[in-house]
Amino acid sequence: MNPSALDDGSSEPAAQAIAQAIAQARRWYWQRISAMVLALCVLVHLVVMVYAVRGGLSAAEILGRTQGNWAFGSFYAVFVIACAVHVPVGVANIAREWWGLREHAARVLSLALALLLLVAGLRAVVAVVMVTTPA
Amino acid sequence: MTAMLKVRVWRGKSKGAFSTYDVPRQGSQTVLDVVTHIQRHLEPTLSYRFACRVGMCGSCAMTVNGKARWTCRTHVAKVVEEGGQLDIAPLANLPVIKDLATDMTEFFDKWARAKGQFKGTKTRHDDFARISPSSPERVAANAGIECIGCGVCHASCDVVTWRPDYLGPAALNRAWTLVNDVRDVNQTARLRAVAGDAGCHACHTQGSCTERCPKQLAPTLAIAGLKRKVAKAAVRGEL
Repeated sequence: MNPSALDDGSSEPAAQAIAQAIAQARRWYWQRISAMVLALCVLVHLVVMVYAVRGGLSAAEILGRTQGNWAFGSFYAVFVIACAVHVPVGVANIAREWWGLREHAARVLSLALALLLLVAGLRAVVAVVMVTTPA
Repeated sequence: MTAMLKVRVWRGKSKGAFSTYDVPRQGSQTVLDVVTHIQRHLEPTLSYRFACRVGMCGSCAMTVNGKARWTCRTHVAKVVEEGGQLDIAPLANLPVIKDLATDMTEFFDKWARAKGQFKGTKTRHDDFARISPSSPERVAANAGIECIGCGVCHASCDVVTWRPDYLGPAALNRAWTLVNDVRDVNQTARLRAVAGDAGCHACHTQGSCTERCPKQLAPTLAIAGLKRKVAKAAVRGEL
């Protein structure tokens, strides 16, 4: 990047550099916002977990509580979305700095990770919330 | 008999080796005194840099026992334990010219890249700008303004080691003082420059710069301020 090109933003590289700066600033605040959401979610998650396992817990008991529980479902959906936003930004930074990945490769990797987290996470939420009839 | 201090000094460029010298120990002796003694009495070809000797000019910083320090205001007694030895090397993260002298070109070029120049609109014919010393902007600017450009923070920053194009704590601290200078008119260009891929977002908030700054400035805080300012500008579409 040629920083002197940043001044007026009229040339192609300057416009590119500005777009990159804006993208980076956005990634930063999205990571911050998602971190705040995650901090709350992790806390609630841990408290609920400790509370729920008192005196042992079976899979049937868990599903008994979660199936059809839309409050539970939406809480964990938010949790999953916050993860899918937060994790890829950090991993892309690590990929750039430690693995020496170029911008494009880091972007592709983080997008793939975001999709994986989103799909796998939401699938798990749906699986425990949806009422299924035993086979 | 005068007590002697064993001193290992880096000789060479990036490739080189430590040479060992015995220097007479003296009361209130600084690390710079030790280097000067070696150059005047033991090793006339030793290269090092200093000017003011009183902590104002920022030219005598070196790596002392593994940590970057200003040598003119570092007492030997502070860094060497009883019977211990002194290791003196050039600053890290900068090319070595010879022995203890580093090439600071890139360090200061980074200040320029971070738009570290003040740009105002008033001329000598205009009245003074009236800035309240207690305004939040001026307080923030004053907090970082006493930087002497010694390069200790730049040498102590792991992120600079990992990615040499990172602007580094000193340049970003300078940018932060100007971001808070209400007379400056180059704000958008500056925020763009410090938000680049080697700018404030590369900082991991490890705080080595703040820990080691001989002037007790807090570049970590300045960089955090830049991140907030850049984020706000991006949200408002002003970047």
